[in-house]
Amino acid sequence: MLELFTVDFWNQYGLLLLKETGSTLIMTGLSALAAYLLGLPLGVLLVTSGSRGVAPHKVLHAIVDWAVNIGRSIPFMILMCTITGFTRLLVGTHIGVRGAIVPLVLSAAPFIARMVESSLREVDAGVIEAALSMGASPWQIVKKVYLPEALPSLTLGGSTSVVTILAYTTIAGAIGAGGLGDLALRYGYYRNVPPMALFTVVLIILLVQLIQTVFGRLSIKIDKRLR
Amino acid sequence: MKPIIRLSGLSKVYLQEGAPFQALDQVSLEVLPGEIFGVIGLSGAGKSTLVRCVNLLESPDAGIVEVEGQDLTRLSPAQLRLARRKISMIFQGFHLLMQRTCLENVQFPLELEKVPSSKARKRALELLELVGLADKANAYPARLSGGQKQRVAIARALATQPRVLLCDEATSALDPTTTTAILELLQDINRRLGVTVVIITHQMEVIERICTRVAILDQGRVAEQGAVAEIFRNPKTDAARRLVYPAGVPAELPQENPVIRLSFDGGAAYQPIVSSLALECGVKANILAADLRPLEGKTFGTMLLELPDDPAARKKALSYLTAQPHLTCEEVKPHA
Repeated sequence: MLELFTVDFWNQYGLLLLKETGSTLIMTGLSALAAYLLGLPLGVLLVTSGSRGVAPHKVLHAIVDWAVNIGRSIPFMILMCTITGFTRLLVGTHIGVRGAIVPLVLSAAPFIARMVESSLREVDAGVIEAALSMGASPWQIVKKVYLPEALPSLTLGGSTSVVTILAYTTIAGAIGAGGLGDLALRYGYYRNVPPMALFTVVLIILLVQLIQTVFGRLSIKIDKRLR
Repeated sequence: MKPIIRLSGLSKVYLQEGAPFQALDQVSLEVLPGEIFGVIGLSGAGKSTLVRCVNLLESPDAGIVEVEGQDLTRLSPAQLRLARRKISMIFQGFHLLMQRTCLENVQFPLELEKVPSSKARKRALELLELVGLADKANAYPARLSGGQKQRVAIARALATQPRVLLCDEATSALDPTTTTAILELLQDINRRLGVTVVIITHQMEVIERICTRVAILDQGRVAEQGAVAEIFRNPKTDAARRLVYPAGVPAELPQENPVIRLSFDGGAAYQPIVSSLALECGVKANILAADLRPLEGKTFGTMLLELPDDPAARKKALSYLTAQPHLTCEEVKPHA
């Protein structure tokens, strides 16, 4: 297989690979950012509005809980195809990198909300109680206790979320979003250029490794419990 | 004197696996300003629920919680948050913020009050000095021992200049030596700053060492309350006797002979007290019950001794025992 990586191969596909790797990174990065803007507050709400939370609110909790579950139930592929109208309305197109970001965000945000929820739940209930005993308001508890105390766990959860979004981008590639998934499918499968399939997969593996390592190290570095 | 804390008719029922559990049943008690008040009971007696009612971390189903004349159960959430700043609390598990340094932990309650950070920092440093941990200001809690963590928690609790300090089993996770040090610190704070201290514990020696008055909680009710010395001398209820007397105490104490209760506070090493009583005073004491735990070469616990019915011998024994360091001794009235 290695002999297939000839000078010809690089001449023909090198630029394309570079460009599509860039597309994947942009799609993943922007979607992750936007999905966190949406998912983080939802995750916080899931914890604080629960019956044992610092600001219990039955109705609000039920709504968020349901919305998140529904969001997580819809397969990404289906979501992407069914909301094209909405996507066009929002960003003007439903294809390409721009068009992929909308369904990516909608799909990842509920997932992130659950990740955030589980990270915040790891914060010792006693510490929350101590803050309450000092007269902290619910907002102060979120800002000064939940988020800073859960930061190492949130960071680690971040790697899982980003890798998940990366995986989604490859699916998005199948319906015109571009990126490495698109290359693997179009060249590697339909046009039968095996080195293309191999190389894109290797690139994705490297990306996943990179994301996991960076977030993992960061999480350890910022965790003051470990020194 | 007007009480600083007045609890009146507090009741609280929990649902425990679907079945109601009466954690507090018509509890009434008063804590006077400047005293160290103890609440003791076995686990499940409702102590933790009781102390959490004082700052309304738990809201009682019925009853009044008055702190400095203000009924907390009638306050709005915002008013309650303000009131809580004058009622601090420390915990068995310390509950420090693990991602903040000690200094930042002590500053935390001041941040909540929006005290300017330079002022908060100065105050936090003073408090760390007070608890003897100025050198740990920039250390993270993970690096501290249990006793040090509790000191930081105490400094943090004092930051807002509270009128009341609630201690929920604050020494239960600590070894005996550290317990002694923390109790001394609490006593010191009580004397120097005039903070009223309420101590919740299941350890009799904690009550014995620093409390002035005590309430004994049993199955959600106050079984007995009063001056510590009085309750030790003459426990009237079964719940009090179970706590005051060591395990294995005979159902009936001898009616004719005097009985004394010795408590060992862990200050002394090996103390063959009964033999030395016989050898040095010629008094033959009978051990009715004993619950002693040797820890780190020191002795903790209590012992009940029956003395001969001879006033001279009794006097001799008492003066010998009271002269012993790290040992308190009191006469016990036989209970019917």
